[in-house]
Amino acid sequence: MIRLLAQRVATGLLTILAISLVVFAGTEILPGDVVTAVLGQGAANVDVAAIRQQLNLDRPVPERYVTWLFSLASGDLGKSLGSGQSIATMIGERLPYTLRLAGVTALVAVPISVVLGLLAAMRAGSWFDRLTSGATMVFLSGPEFLVGTLLVILFAVNLRWLPAVSFASEPQGFVDHFRSMTLPVLTLTVAVIAPMARMTRSALLTALTSPAIEMAILKGMPRARIVLLHALPIALPPIITVIALNLAYLVTGVVIVEVVFNYPGMAKLLVDAVGTRDIPVVQACAMIFCFAFVALNLTADLLALVANPRRRYPR
Amino acid sequence: MTASADVRPPGNGETIESAPADASAWMAWIGFAIVGVWILVAMFAPAIAPYGVGEIVSRDSFARPGEVGLLGSDYLGRDVLSRLVHGARMTLGLALGAIALAFVIGTLAAFIAALSRPWVDATLSRANEIMLSIPAIMLALVVITALGTSIPVLVCTVGVIEATRVFRIARAGALDVYAMEFVEISIARGENKWWIMWREILPNVMPLLLTDLGTRFNLTILLLASLSFIGLGIQPPSADWGMMVRENLSGINFGAVATLAPAFAIFSLNIALNLIVDWRLAQSNRDISEEMRR
Amino acid sequence: MSPLLRISDLRVEGWHPGAGWMPVVKGVSLELQRGEVVGLIGESGAGKSTIGLAAMGYARPGCRIVSGQVLIESNDLLSMDAEERRRCRARRIAYIAQSAAASFNASLKLGLQLTEAPVHHLHMPVGEARTRAESLCRELDLPYPEILLDKYPHQVSGGQLQRLMAAMAMGCGPELLVLDEPTTAIDVTTQVEVLRAFKRLIREHHTSAVYVTHDLAVVSQLADRIIVLRGGEVVEEGPADAIIFRPQAAYTRQLMAAAARAPADAVRSRGTAKPAPRPATQLELIDVHAAYGRASRRSPINPVLRGVDLRIGRGQVVGIVGESGCGKSTLARTICGLLRPYQGELRLAGAPLAPHVADRRRDTQRRIQLVTQMPDVAFNPKSHVGEILGRPLQFYFDLTAKQRRERVRELLAMVKLPADYVDRLPRQLSGGEKQRVNLARALAASPDVLLCDEVTSALDTIVTAAVLDLLRELQSRLAISLVFISHDISTVASFADRIAVMYAGRVVEEGETEAVMGAPVHPYTELLLKSVPRVKPGWLDGLAQLDRSTQGQAMVSAGLDGCAFTPRCRLAIAGVCERDAPPSRSPTEDRRVECHHQSAVGASR
Repeated sequence: MIRLLAQRVATGLLTILAISLVVFAGTEILPGDVVTAVLGQGAANVDVAAIRQQLNLDRPVPERYVTWLFSLASGDLGKSLGSGQSIATMIGERLPYTLRLAGVTALVAVPISVVLGLLAAMRAGSWFDRLTSGATMVFLSGPEFLVGTLLVILFAVNLRWLPAVSFASEPQGFVDHFRSMTLPVLTLTVAVIAPMARMTRSALLTALTSPAIEMAILKGMPRARIVLLHALPIALPPIITVIALNLAYLVTGVVIVEVVFNYPGMAKLLVDAVGTRDIPVVQACAMIFCFAFVALNLTADLLALVANPRRRYPR
Repeated sequence: MTASADVRPPGNGETIESAPADASAWMAWIGFAIVGVWILVAMFAPAIAPYGVGEIVSRDSFARPGEVGLLGSDYLGRDVLSRLVHGARMTLGLALGAIALAFVIGTLAAFIAALSRPWVDATLSRANEIMLSIPAIMLALVVITALGTSIPVLVCTVGVIEATRVFRIARAGALDVYAMEFVEISIARGENKWWIMWREILPNVMPLLLTDLGTRFNLTILLLASLSFIGLGIQPPSADWGMMVRENLSGINFGAVATLAPAFAIFSLNIALNLIVDWRLAQSNRDISEEMRR
Repeated sequence: MSPLLRISDLRVEGWHPGAGWMPVVKGVSLELQRGEVVGLIGESGAGKSTIGLAAMGYARPGCRIVSGQVLIESNDLLSMDAEERRRCRARRIAYIAQSAAASFNASLKLGLQLTEAPVHHLHMPVGEARTRAESLCRELDLPYPEILLDKYPHQVSGGQLQRLMAAMAMGCGPELLVLDEPTTAIDVTTQVEVLRAFKRLIREHHTSAVYVTHDLAVVSQLADRIIVLRGGEVVEEGPADAIIFRPQAAYTRQLMAAAARAPADAVRSRGTAKPAPRPATQLELIDVHAAYGRASRRSPINPVLRGVDLRIGRGQVVGIVGESGCGKSTLARTICGLLRPYQGELRLAGAPLAPHVADRRRDTQRRIQLVTQMPDVAFNPKSHVGEILGRPLQFYFDLTAKQRRERVRELLAMVKLPADYVDRLPRQLSGGEKQRVNLARALAASPDVLLCDEVTSALDTIVTAAVLDLLRELQSRLAISLVFISHDISTVASFADRIAVMYAGRVVEEGETEAVMGAPVHPYTELLLKSVPRVKPGWLDGLAQLDRSTQGQAMVSAGLDGCAFTPRCRLAIAGVCERDAPPSRSPTEDRRVECHHQSAVGASR
């Protein structure tokens, strides 16, 4: 089994390598030159030449790729084209915010959705089930920016409980910080609970109708024991998978939410950089996000493997 | 007198599906109706919209509905209704273009992968998995950074991204059909790959693809709207719904219709598609359980 | 004395989408005395499993018990409240399912699953429950129970799992066992041991049992009384030998007539053998090795066929018999060209055959046709019968539409299906009808060799008999060479001119059917023949222990070249059989056996 785990990790690393290729290639397929694109056509030749040299644009592409890759790996993320600031510093400032956002969301969303899904499956067909099904469908539909917009209108405008835009400028106390984060977290949570609850319900239902559960019923086992001891282990791998996948989906969700709420996280940095074509920033941020995505998917894979005795002990 | 259920759902197993399967049918009709309406609106947009896309009709920003046009005016004083209608054309048009691309590329690649030699399949699948490992929006952002936000770029980027998702599903479906004996018999007869793909695999994978179509459509619209929303999709003065939400965001503070209308438009389309998808899923489950009963 | 179980006027309905609730069990009443074993027999759809489950007070999702009583010693299970009913299960009535592999929870260890009922219902301490489970396992001839119970279900073989299920059922010492087709999913040689173990268990513990099955021979060995079911109603009931030897109802008589007979009887029913001289060779396999996945001459991964030699004469019927995993289906696929052998040669009428079907000329492709087992997946669900039969005509003969229509009509008549079936879709046909269309499709190509891969294994007994009759008639009329592959030796014996017995990828015995069936030489052939359940009373009790591997002793496994049957062979020569490849001998003319022993099995007994 250790071999299996090692194999998966190795595949994960290879995937990240391949992604780096795509990211690098993607940003290098500019028609024309990076520099003229960024600075505009009317830049003075002097500036252009200097920046070209700074960005190693006179080197062949493969060499640039390798150099870039190695510096990324060693922590040197380069300098922003726009501001000249060290990218590592910029990211360092903003990463904790994004992590906090994603982390709190995960902590809130996962238990709620699993419990909701469990209850809905146990009471399948009842009003509770239909209600949650309907509610999750509605929320599954709305794009985050819609949900976010609505929540803002509801809580910030009409009820005035929470601020619409986070982090005006000054550092805030813990409570204020908490209040500013509520809407973004709520928006993300809502987006993520729906698929997770649905999948939990569906996986549990599939498990509950399997012959092994029928056998447990025919042995006269009580309901709670059947659901928790017999059905849950069967349903666990798909549930774990969908949880991890949705947590990975948070990576994309934060992009929208940070923009809607003007939240000073990494995603906002990325979006702004795309707008200004600040390529080194785009490359660095994209790599970090992709790395997190791959890592989460890998964790899902490994956890699902461990939870399944058939894969743990092959014949 | 019936024995009561011990643990739901099994027990005196009255099937839980007996009612919902029928309920989801009329919900699906609602879904089809909504989608149908929007498609018609998109097709006849120039005829329906009272004003042009960029026409300024009022000096007041965020004029109330009724004062100027059915839905009031936006932050520049343009008619919200007209922009909504033209936006439908843009949003749906782009989405349909991307989907068509996604399905054609994805399905063709998937079938070739399923029916060719192992190394071809392995290569295509690996490449697809790598693409799947990059979140859609990231990939879109990376490409947009380089190539800009013109319409062809958007359609092709989103199309290729969704093609990877279609590939995964189509390949799984194709392999399932391929494993069935009638395909084996056709191969033993001497039929070639293309005949099998066209006559045996495609018709039997179609239901699966059609079910996925709804979800794809949804995600494509969302992706395009999200991109516009963060300013990296359609550029002004063109209108698409995501763009409209973005530019009118300042109106959120007083609940302007200009902000809400496009958001609800997207919302309605999403719900409609989800209703349709749910009905398709219930139907295919029914077909499966019928097969197993026999 | 009041009966242990009494079912009164049981009615059960099943949900059909589009049709609503339809009756499945239509007013069935039956009684079971203490210590009795009652067999519930009938074909699929008769409702026997449903009744078995109803005896536990349970209906599957999609079924509902509408009315009736299930009295366990005058307590009605159906009108009890849920809690009481739950407590009856496992304690008073226990269930043994059809597929142990599906009914055991793959995520939990076997020990836990076997002990949870006694621990919960009888409040037994875990250690005591575990000891009890181990002793039950020993009663059922399961080797090393202490180790076995710490494993997960997927780590254990099918036959062992089935016995573990019985141990689980006996955990609380129930008065009544419901066995639902418990041996249907396992090989016939494994089935013998499982049946023996069940019978002994039931006898020692004085348990009553309801045994649900479609297999008459099996039920004849275990049941005291038999109840015959059809379409949800009782057709006939009575003592076991009365039903078997003096059936009254027409349906019962039909069942008995179609039932599996002893191979020797089956051969006799074939009529006199064709006295034809040895016919010319139509198809030949020479030292064929095949495997799935990457395989080269030097490093085959999991070879399935390990050197098969076979000769099929023109117009001959050759039966290939073996159990799961012996490679017979792989053989069919290799002959068709679907699987390329990594060693060896194939010849059709003397000319070498390209190993891959795509490399064969179209006319060669036409001459070998395949008919498969599962009628449900044998056709493109979107094509109707006319298209299905028309395609080979178009592909091989390039007929015009009018000619095709004509020929399709002929083909349908040949397989005794009405002409208007042309427009039907596969889902509108029954299993037997689908197999006929399957056959017609193969015959449309006018082949020289027809490969039938388990074509009747998925069909009911009565339908099987009809399909076999058709096959026999067509084969002799069209003088096609037929390769008939099956795990059911009686079916093959009733039909084939020659028989080849396969084990672990090799042909271990081959010869004329009467000769092989009457006097088997190879120990595996003997085991196979002796394991087929007979309707003779007392057959199971009188059967000698033929399979060494069920003794629970340490097994010596065969080396790479050795005879694969060594671990189970009662005649194995220690130090020789597992090491050296058994030579091919001809103990009599026209017979081939691969064995280290010189003489026939009969002689060395």
